[in-house]
Amino acid sequence: MVLQPSLKNCLGLSCVLRTPKAAFRSTAGGALVIQSVSDDVYQNLAVEDWIHDHMDLEKRQVLFLWRNSPAVVIGRHQNPWQECNLRLLRQKNIKLARRRSGGGTVYHDLGNINLTFFTTRKKYERMENLKLVVKALKALRPQLDVHVTDRYDIVLDRHYKISGTAAKLGRTSAYHHCTLLCNADKFVLSSVLRSPYKGLKSNATPSVPASVKNLFEEDPSLTSEMLLDAIVKEYATQHQIDHHITLINPADETLLPGINNKTKELQTWEWVYGKTPKFSVSTCLNMVYKDSVLDVKVNMDVKHGRIEVCNIDLPEQWLPPALYSKLVKSLTGSKFCPNETTTLVTTLLRVCPQDDELHSRWNLLCENMIMLM
Amino acid sequence: VCIHRVRSCSSIRFIKSKYVCVFDKSALKFSHQQRLFRTSAVSCGQIVQFKLSDIGEGITEVTVKEWYIKEGDSVSQFDSICEVQSDKASVTITSRYDGVIRKLHYSIDDIAFVGKPLVDIEIDASKGVASEEDVVETPPMSHDEHTHQEIKGHKTLATPAVRRLAMENNIKLSEVVGTGKDNRILKEDILNYLAKQTGAILPPSPKAEIIPPLPKSETVPAAPKDKARKIPVPVSRPIVFSGKDKTEPVTGFQKAMVKTMSAALKIPHFGYCDEIDLTQLVQLREELKPVAEIRGVKLSFMPFFIKAASLGLLQYPILNASLDENCQNVTYKASHNIGVAMDTEQGLIVPNVKNVQVCSVFDIASELNRLQSLGSAGQLGTSDLTGGTFTLSNIGTIGGTYAKPVILPPEVAIGALGKIQVLPRFNGKGEVFKAQIMNVSWSADHRVIDGATMARFSNLWKSYLENPASMLLDLK
Repeated sequence: MVLQPSLKNCLGLSCVLRTPKAAFRSTAGGALVIQSVSDDVYQNLAVEDWIHDHMDLEKRQVLFLWRNSPAVVIGRHQNPWQECNLRLLRQKNIKLARRRSGGGTVYHDLGNINLTFFTTRKKYERMENLKLVVKALKALRPQLDVHVTDRYDIVLDRHYKISGTAAKLGRTSAYHHCTLLCNADKFVLSSVLRSPYKGLKSNATPSVPASVKNLFEEDPSLTSEMLLDAIVKEYATQHQIDHHITLINPADETLLPGINNKTKELQTWEWVYGKTPKFSVSTCLNMVYKDSVLDVKVNMDVKHGRIEVCNIDLPEQWLPPALYSKLVKSLTGSKFCPNETTTLVTTLLRVCPQDDELHSRWNLLCENMIMLM
Repeated sequence: VCIHRVRSCSSIRFIKSKYVCVFDKSALKFSHQQRLFRTSAVSCGQIVQFKLSDIGEGITEVTVKEWYIKEGDSVSQFDSICEVQSDKASVTITSRYDGVIRKLHYSIDDIAFVGKPLVDIEIDASKGVASEEDVVETPPMSHDEHTHQEIKGHKTLATPAVRRLAMENNIKLSEVVGTGKDNRILKEDILNYLAKQTGAILPPSPKAEIIPPLPKSETVPAAPKDKARKIPVPVSRPIVFSGKDKTEPVTGFQKAMVKTMSAALKIPHFGYCDEIDLTQLVQLREELKPVAEIRGVKLSFMPFFIKAASLGLLQYPILNASLDENCQNVTYKASHNIGVAMDTEQGLIVPNVKNVQVCSVFDIASELNRLQSLGSAGQLGTSDLTGGTFTLSNIGTIGGTYAKPVILPPEVAIGALGKIQVLPRFNGKGEVFKAQIMNVSWSADHRVIDGATMARFSNLWKSYLENPASMLLDLK
């Protein structure tokens, strides 16, 4: 749908047909394009789950468009401690989500668009989808040097990654989703995706870092809206359907029955952190206590996000043995989580001997332990 | 004769009985291409090797990332077995059979090969056949309606066990809403459907249905000449609740609370309650709220309660003390670090405002705002949560009037504040007026605090709040 520039300015790009949810069920043709009205990462991931579980993709494939407010999304089998700076995320109120597809960690904000291609398991074909995106980009800006790599990335100018891919396959249906960097905050991106945690050993899928660039930097006339529009146009052409986007609300329980439960599940600690494959932490705390520095070796095994084994190598009698044992016993089985640990250790302090020296040592040790989480 | 031929016969049950006499055990050779029935009375069934099916895109190997089942678990067809990963794609492998898992061929992080066995499943022979294809298609039987259904152009997905249950209860699968994956009909869906029909919760196994004999009055025929009452007596079915108990270990924060509360129990508590007329304070707060807002602080009643408590503690320092373990020494704490009980997702946490004795009401309000936002974000630090000397719990924000709060060791006193209610009271002239009434319930350690001290402290605290202007006189 090519519009006159003046018309574009008056109406904005929302003049691309967007229909309310009534059309969701009745659109004819072999494919459907839907866009989320929400920028909540959990709601949007829940929509993916819902479509994957409940829609019949035999008759109709689906392209789902979505964007999120700042969030870090890790792959199904990844370790958030290894992948990002959790402390910074908490400080900046950036959400952390674990998606159900594989692959690596990405940073989302409103300058990044997400595309999900839903097909039956048999029609799962990532290369085709990415070629579609590249074709759309080139149709919009023929001079753009973009191409698909054999790692299913899209690179700009042979060097910068502008899109990453991940996929989920179920029994009968599958989806392939990818990002597209339009105008994301690269500064925040690089700082949150750098993990400060040392001494982690795990078999979780590692991310492969890459230099990134926004399409906006390449061509400042590009906006997310334009890119979405171009991609939808290409998709519509290839699937021989109308250039028509159906808006959906991920909180609409009547349209998507069961969606709110899916959203809730994605937010639970058990899913986000508890699904981390078993890992171990082996590090050394450098504690400054009364003009001396103590090197304290710490070894912990974490399974399902909970501390399975905990060893802290303290100088003898630095803490009374009974107290040390109480600390270790309480930490065992507890979540590898700073909040949980803080409330745990401060509550324990109530039933310890009331001695200022002892309390300051306890607090020092615990604060250092909490920094590991 | 392999399973494929079975489908062309008229009835599964029929086939089973037919084969009893033909085959004997020794003739049955296990082959993963053919599945034959063992027809003996022995309960164990056939072990089938479930192979990893084609992932697509020419992939030959994947990494096993998570097992959803373990050896010995029962699985139904379409249940998730494991999660494997290949090159950024995460794949959920589902079971093709109903049965019991007998062997896992891989551990976590092993490489699994397409076409090679993934798990061994023991199929329960009596449960019927699961076909090679993903959709279960039982052959047309005389009970056509119950088995081979089509809903909206889809074949109904249901395991043989579920289909049998439907058939036994004369339910059309097309009328049941499936809540399982891909709209699969689960056993719960059949039970729910049945419950809706009869208005009762049915026992899980239809065979256990016992309809008790009707009460006697029903069985006596009402003769036309009798004025027999015809009160319809509902047929009672045994109501069976099929929920399960869930046991979880007590860990982390909960464990710490157990320790704290057990220690608190050792303190001999006594209680003292009173009623405070907050009419004047309510008005004062209304006036001060906008002033605080301009300064960027939300002003609740708590800062007033906290400051008044601190002023009271200056007069009765024993309430801000700590008794050592052996009850040998009492330490009078110099700082009034007043804890405020906060209800969070994890449970009760008590951050404290430090040195209230040198803080203004506004300072306290500002600090409370900080603690509240950190508390709801789950980011309170150790210093915020330690060093408390006295605690106030505003349970009234949730509800309630009087309470029996538990002292948090190593403190010796605690106050619980009920909700503010508008109640009729008599004034000095004997007239009834609208009063804003709040109840306070104190608990104190009777080993070091006596009733009189608690009562006097409470009276002083009450007088500051009932006449906020009097706080001005004693503010430091």
